[in-house]
Amino acid sequence: MEGTTPATARIRDGVPLLEMRGITKRFAGVVADDGVDFDVRAGEIHTLFGENGAGKSTLMRVLYGFHHPDAGEIRLQGSPVSIASPADAIRHGIGMIHQHFMLVNTLSVADNVALGLRSSRGPLTDPGRVSERIRQLSETYHLQVDPQALIWQLSVGERQRVEIVKALYRNATLLILDEPTAVLTPQEVDDLFAVLRRMAEDGKGLVFISHKVREVLGLSDRITVLRAGHKVGTLPAASATRDQLVQMMVGHALPARDLAAETGATEGAPDRTPSDRAPSDRATAIESGPGVTVGAGTPVTPIPATPAAGAGTGAAAAAGAPRLVVRDLTVRGDRGADAVRGLSLEVRGGEIVGIAGVSGNGQRELAEAIAGLRRPSSGSIVLEGTELAGGSPARGRAVGLGYVPEERMRDGVVPDFSVAENLLLVDSHEPAFSRLGFLRSGEIRRHCEELVRTFDIRTPTLEAPARTLSGGNIQKLIMARELSREPRVLLVAQPTRGIDVAAAQYIHDRLREQRGRGIGVLIISEDLDEVMALADRILVMYEGAIIGEAAPRASTRASIGLMMAGVRPEAPADAGPRATA
Amino acid sequence: MNTDLIVAVIVSAIAYGTPLVLAGLGELLAERSGVLNLGVEGMMLMGAVTGFFVSQQLGGPGWAVLIVAMIMAAVAGALMALIHAFLSITVRVNQIVSGLALTIFAGMAGLSSYAGQVWGIGGQHGLHQLTRVDLFGLGEIPVIGPILFDQDPFVYLSWGLVVLVAWYLYRTRTGLYLRAVGESPRSADAMGINVTRYRYVHTTVGGALAGLGGAYFTLAIAPIWTDGLTAGAGWIAIALVIFAFWRPDVLLLGAYLFGALSSLGFTLQAHGVQMPSEFFSSLPYLMTVVVLAGASTTLARRRIGTPASLGVPYVREEG
Ligand SMILES: Nc1ncnc2c1ncn2[C@@H]1O[C@H](COP(=O)(O)OP(=O)(O)OP(=O)(O)O)[C@@H](O)[C@H]1O
Ligand SMILES: [Mg+2]
Repeated sequence: MEGTTPATARIRDGVPLLEMRGITKRFAGVVADDGVDFDVRAGEIHTLFGENGAGKSTLMRVLYGFHHPDAGEIRLQGSPVSIASPADAIRHGIGMIHQHFMLVNTLSVADNVALGLRSSRGPLTDPGRVSERIRQLSETYHLQVDPQALIWQLSVGERQRVEIVKALYRNATLLILDEPTAVLTPQEVDDLFAVLRRMAEDGKGLVFISHKVREVLGLSDRITVLRAGHKVGTLPAASATRDQLVQMMVGHALPARDLAAETGATEGAPDRTPSDRAPSDRATAIESGPGVTVGAGTPVTPIPATPAAGAGTGAAAAAGAPRLVVRDLTVRGDRGADAVRGLSLEVRGGEIVGIAGVSGNGQRELAEAIAGLRRPSSGSIVLEGTELAGGSPARGRAVGLGYVPEERMRDGVVPDFSVAENLLLVDSHEPAFSRLGFLRSGEIRRHCEELVRTFDIRTPTLEAPARTLSGGNIQKLIMARELSREPRVLLVAQPTRGIDVAAAQYIHDRLREQRGRGIGVLIISEDLDEVMALADRILVMYEGAIIGEAAPRASTRASIGLMMAGVRPEAPADAGPRATA
Repeated sequence: MNTDLIVAVIVSAIAYGTPLVLAGLGELLAERSGVLNLGVEGMMLMGAVTGFFVSQQLGGPGWAVLIVAMIMAAVAGALMALIHAFLSITVRVNQIVSGLALTIFAGMAGLSSYAGQVWGIGGQHGLHQLTRVDLFGLGEIPVIGPILFDQDPFVYLSWGLVVLVAWYLYRTRTGLYLRAVGESPRSADAMGINVTRYRYVHTTVGGALAGLGGAYFTLAIAPIWTDGLTAGAGWIAIALVIFAFWRPDVLLLGAYLFGALSSLGFTLQAHGVQMPSEFFSSLPYLMTVVVLAGASTTLARRRIGTPASLGVPYVREEG
């Protein structure tokens, strides 16, 4: 086994850099990790793989001193250590890029990088030198960041780059990366991997966490799979296959096509013919169940005019009348410059429109403008006759806009509210849930239990605060809330960021099902594979405008990638079949 | 208005504003670390009574007595703040409850009054009082002389502290870490910064400054002790921190503005200007309303700078 891993050659001596033995961590109501063994050798990239809530982040947070393990021991280079705080971890040369950003929003990039560092100027800060070093690093590693920018002005992708720069700056010997690629573009991911490989060659140990099987297989030396807090096994990446990994992860095999589509295995356009789309067993079970869309008592609005409505199979319906029409929209970004520049687009009922693009090209501002969170400086946003531009989020919701924001921890959940409260946040005035302004707890419980079950949200109880859920389960919670409503138009930013393969498949099926009901779906995603797998039409956004349109079936990753880089398509973009069969 | 009058108004604004500057700076430091301290009024009273008592007891040269008295006043405030730190950071009692409890415990009819009685200093006339120090003989210069160069040592100290705190916050590493702790304790912790220590230290230092501010009443303004003599200055100091958007330079201006409004009535009367006294006594409150309204305009709100973790205990494991 070891003979096949490239890491073997780099190992200096027999002792692993890190050994974790029998790590157990319990939280009220859950055992996040149960006697897990894990080790990292110098010069290797070791991936932790597993479903949402499997215990990956918790294991790494134990290592970083954020959690005290209930049992188990940690050895670094053979000697037992006690890591009681992140400060201890840093002292031992451990660095961590966390799943949720660890950035101070009001400070500049340089100040964030400087936190906890020694300064060359004694007690004084040294912003000049830090900025200079950041510039060097971002040049060497192709990580574009402006040291002077304030964190709150940055897009999620940019923030992730800051986190990576922070880790690079510290020169850790053991670096943990908890889903670092979830918010990066394919190009950025390639750049990051080049950096990581170089670090491994330098003899550092890396722990990598990702839900993207392709990345995991491409980058790792070894892979350890966790399931429900237990270690399922460790295998060399060279001999591992996608199916094997996923089977270990969920404990049973998933139908092959799911994996192909959701892990981006196919280069170019995935085959999307409906006959090929056999729903996964889980999805089937749920779709046939009653009361899927809304809690008992809420009438499901019948939507006529769409042939495929009610079928729920996810087949693309013939696109209907325009539901959402955006005209000449201009939106100012946080830094004062226009982030969206005269953008127009249209979403019809029964189609999925995907916006692809490198992060920071105005996607966030576009989404926020449509959602009513940001006031456009000109242009219009019309949802079936109602002008949304300049209105409030409530106005959009009132006329049937569903919205899943990009940064869920900040915009999507109230972290201290319980799972149930978060599931109800926008629905609490519905007659089914409140009578004369009082919440009806029985109905609510039923509704929430239903959602937790169908979306497979792993939570000990409905009362657990949302912040205690694993990253992917928070995503599922918001998706559950928004998809359980009956929107006219659904706007989803990064639908499956941070969501495990099986759950991503499920969410995709639900989005297709929404399309089948005649709902207009607009997804904004930096994951090109996802856009290509889901969308009927792909709009590529560059510097605040739509630079071109592509039909997923007629386009390749490369041609869309070019547009994402700002190269206009030569011939007028092939509009593709507006109504996909 | 003639120049003399204007100078008189400014000079008394500084006198009445100085305890606000000191206590306000202390509160600013605590709040920057994320700890809301509503015990300022109590801490000021403890500083006032302790400072006065010490100055009455000690013998020796006046300046030495006053310095020791000031130090002891700061220690009294710091000890009170330490209780608040322990309750709100370690035990994680609600910060509002803990702060209010301290003010009630130490305030009027509380510990400070009791100490005054036990020490028997009520009604005594003070033996020492801080007097104006004419710096470099520049006090004679018209207008700026009396304002800038003829103040008591407390005033010079408060100016030095404003500069020091501003420099500390924006130029030093510890100051940067402090801002990070107040804004996002979790991120600070992840970078190896000891959140608990930062909160303890800044809350305690903040209490020491409140104690000093209190001592200004009994050692500088008027050398006597009466129950509750700070008369709400602690509360104004807390409000000032908000008005100042958590910035020391703005805090200094705000404190003098409040100082001017509180003293305008007497100053004008002393200069023979007749105005209804009700008008003047309502000025500080009027000003509070105006500033609050200003602070809530969109523009101000975007820059307001409330430390995001203010009032929220930090628990590492509850991520
Ligand atoms: N602070 C906490 N308090 C209570 N429960 C927690 C806490 N942190 C994590 N958990 C629980 O521990 C389990 C494992 O969570 P963890 O974050 O390690 O999952 P994960 O494998 O990283 O998942 P994901 O892929 O979704 O990020 C989950 O059931 C989660 O709800
Ligand atoms: Mg995780």
